[in-house]
Amino acid sequence: MEQVKSFYETPSPAGLTGIKAWLLTHDHKRLALMYLWAVFFWLVLAVFLGMALRLELMFIGETIMGPEVYNSFFTLHGVIMIFLFVIPAIPAIFGNFFLPIQIGADDVFFPRLNLFSWYLYMIGGLVAVISLFTGDGFADTGWTFYVPFSVSTETNVSLTVTAAFILGMSSLLTGLNFVTTIHRMRGKGMGWLQIPLFTWSLYATAWVQILATPVISITLVLVVIERFLNIGLFDPARGGDPLLYQHLFWMYSHPAVYIMILPAMGIISEIIPVFSRKAIFGYKGIIISSMAIAVAGSLVWAHHMYTSGMSDVSVFVFSLLTFLVAIPTAVKVFSWISTMYKGSILMTPPLLMALIFIYLFSVGGLTGLVLGAAGTDIHVHDTTFVVAHFHFVMFGGTGFAFFAGLHYWWPKMFGLMYNFKRAYISAVLAAIGFIFHYIPMFILGLQGMPRRYFDYLPQFETGNFLAGFGGILMVAGILLMFINLWVSFRVRETATADPWGGTTLEWSVPSPPPLHNFVNEPEVLEYPYDFSGVLARAAKDKG
Amino acid sequence: MSEHESEHILSYGFLAQILGGLVVLTGVTVGVSYIDWGFLNVPIALFVASSKATLVLLFFMHIKFEGMVIKVSFISTMLFLAIMISFTFWDVAFR
Amino acid sequence: METAIDKTGVKIGMWIFLYSEIILFGGLFVLYAVYFHTFPEDFAEGGKELNRIFGTANTLVLLISSFTVAASITAVQRRKKGQAIGFLIFSLLCGLAFLVNKYFEWGAKFHHDLYPNSDLLLDSEPGFNIFFGLYYTITGLHGLHVIIGMVLLSISLGLVIRDKVTDQRYAMLENSGLYWHLVDLIWIYVFPLFYLVL
Repeated sequence: MEQVKSFYETPSPAGLTGIKAWLLTHDHKRLALMYLWAVFFWLVLAVFLGMALRLELMFIGETIMGPEVYNSFFTLHGVIMIFLFVIPAIPAIFGNFFLPIQIGADDVFFPRLNLFSWYLYMIGGLVAVISLFTGDGFADTGWTFYVPFSVSTETNVSLTVTAAFILGMSSLLTGLNFVTTIHRMRGKGMGWLQIPLFTWSLYATAWVQILATPVISITLVLVVIERFLNIGLFDPARGGDPLLYQHLFWMYSHPAVYIMILPAMGIISEIIPVFSRKAIFGYKGIIISSMAIAVAGSLVWAHHMYTSGMSDVSVFVFSLLTFLVAIPTAVKVFSWISTMYKGSILMTPPLLMALIFIYLFSVGGLTGLVLGAAGTDIHVHDTTFVVAHFHFVMFGGTGFAFFAGLHYWWPKMFGLMYNFKRAYISAVLAAIGFIFHYIPMFILGLQGMPRRYFDYLPQFETGNFLAGFGGILMVAGILLMFINLWVSFRVRETATADPWGGTTLEWSVPSPPPLHNFVNEPEVLEYPYDFSGVLARAAKDKG
Repeated sequence: MSEHESEHILSYGFLAQILGGLVVLTGVTVGVSYIDWGFLNVPIALFVASSKATLVLLFFMHIKFEGMVIKVSFISTMLFLAIMISFTFWDVAFR
Repeated sequence: METAIDKTGVKIGMWIFLYSEIILFGGLFVLYAVYFHTFPEDFAEGGKELNRIFGTANTLVLLISSFTVAASITAVQRRKKGQAIGFLIFSLLCGLAFLVNKYFEWGAKFHHDLYPNSDLLLDSEPGFNIFFGLYYTITGLHGLHVIIGMVLLSISLGLVIRDKVTDQRYAMLENSGLYWHLVDLIWIYVFPLFYLVL
């Protein structure tokens, strides 16, 4: 089994060499790695933009940038983080790489479409870059592109919006591919209840991608139409209703939040049982909660609009529905914790990051309830409280799950193991920095500091200084983490096929996997998290 | 993939009957639009349109002969669309 | 993809794509629903400006073309290549007729100073402006889909002629057909909502 050539050595389609073997590949694994490098690039860029924003705010008054630059920077930070990192990262990288393997397939259903999605992703990114340097500067609207400002501002909104449109297409086609793959390409013995939870979470995500993304497409098209033809669909002076823009925008962008978090929850659901050496608590419960989040997440969009002037009835209804989402989310958190209870915990960097995820995500989720309640939301709306909340969920949640997944699957993707000690240090450093970074923002928000301003009143100085300090620590932690992973290419400590003792199919194939993923027909477990085999093997090795 | 592939061949005659039905319904919808039914105007127009859409979906688009996956997912899509429109009215209808 | 093609899987993929198209138009129908609720009189007023004859003719053209596209699949399944080609060419002509019709219809509106941002619309009731705004947006986007559908049908036609589409393998034709039916489906709703509102 060990002498099988890995997918690095076998181009697909056969005969391609050099760079072509990558740029024209149909292999889901190569595409996943191509996404990985592109996502890395955008992540690092957006992290530094965020850092620059934080440095500007560290001291009162104008320090390193003025208001216009600040506005463009936070828009750019948001657009890149949302459309080029958080939404695509986990499905496009880990989903592409591991979804087919986890269900015992040799590729996704539409391999060429998969390549096309990657090109759309790259083109979308390119258009965003072009919009930086053409026209009258990058959009300064924030990533939400709210009308009427987005229609009237002189900056280059049309091109930025086009970039978001193309990226949405890419995400949609990936979702289409995944759903079809899961329906049609499951291996022998792989029924619906043998599918690992990561793949299940991608299935739920894919449906949200398919059904919600077109709404943002049409909304962004409308912004462009308004800018060029000036129809007045959102212009109150001519009968339009700007609130409808917000409805349409959040009809996508709230479900998009679940596009971002569901795959992250899937990663955690993989990592926790493996390092607890124990079957996951509530396998079916987690599946049902994934689907429930996907459904309930589509019903709550207007909770972003409590203060916008919409009707009181809808504030009431959407607030009520918002609380419903907390239930399936809590089911997941309790299931993870119950899995660890009386498990035989094996501490590793992925598990540590997963634990950090659970903590940070829970804080993010609970502060979400503060915002979901209409009364308290009116107090903290559009303050840094909101910023802290969604960074806890998006970065403390999805970001750390991304790091956890990266460390969990790194040995499988590259066949190389990284240094554990540095990984631990970087994770702890990033987490401590994270807490210093965002906790002060909760307090500042409660005290009334608005978001999206480049300057503030003197009483907010201490908190902002602390947040900036935490930001520096956090960025240092992230950089150390990436350097550590990079060093693994130099040290070349090879990883075995199954360094962790996992039960899902990706651990049954060599690291890195061969072109068609499986050498022999994979043996599918009746229950995907049955650790009796792993434990028996470990006992045999010992004595 | 053992389930039977839908090699359902629809005859020209049958398809023409469907077309006939669609043309008749188009006539109906144009015809009734000349009469003022009060608040029923829109429901009637939408009902006729939906009947036409159902014919197209079931027979021209073969949904009747597809497996559960397509049927269920199509209905879910329609439900999502219904939610998009109706939930917006929590706001609009109560301003 | 070396093994036999999984036709059902290809069809599932195509349907999922169609769902996304439905929701894309769905966003516009949300706008329509809300604005119709807000400005019922203005919408009725606007609807009277549209030509029912044009609208009905276009509806019939699309319905007939949908029929011929469905029939072309039957022809391919029965290995009647000539008939299939005939049906497809006729469908394409229908699509063309639809676009020509639309061109004259829009032209007439422009002639009456009813186009986005025109002086007449700027001065008229807000609801009237919104009605025509939506009219141009929805029919414009729909027209774009007609063009895309025609491109897909032309490609399928080429494949039928070159015997690349056969009774064993006609996924491309079937999927183009599905797309064409979708275009028809959307028009089925656009027609009463714009031309027949009272």
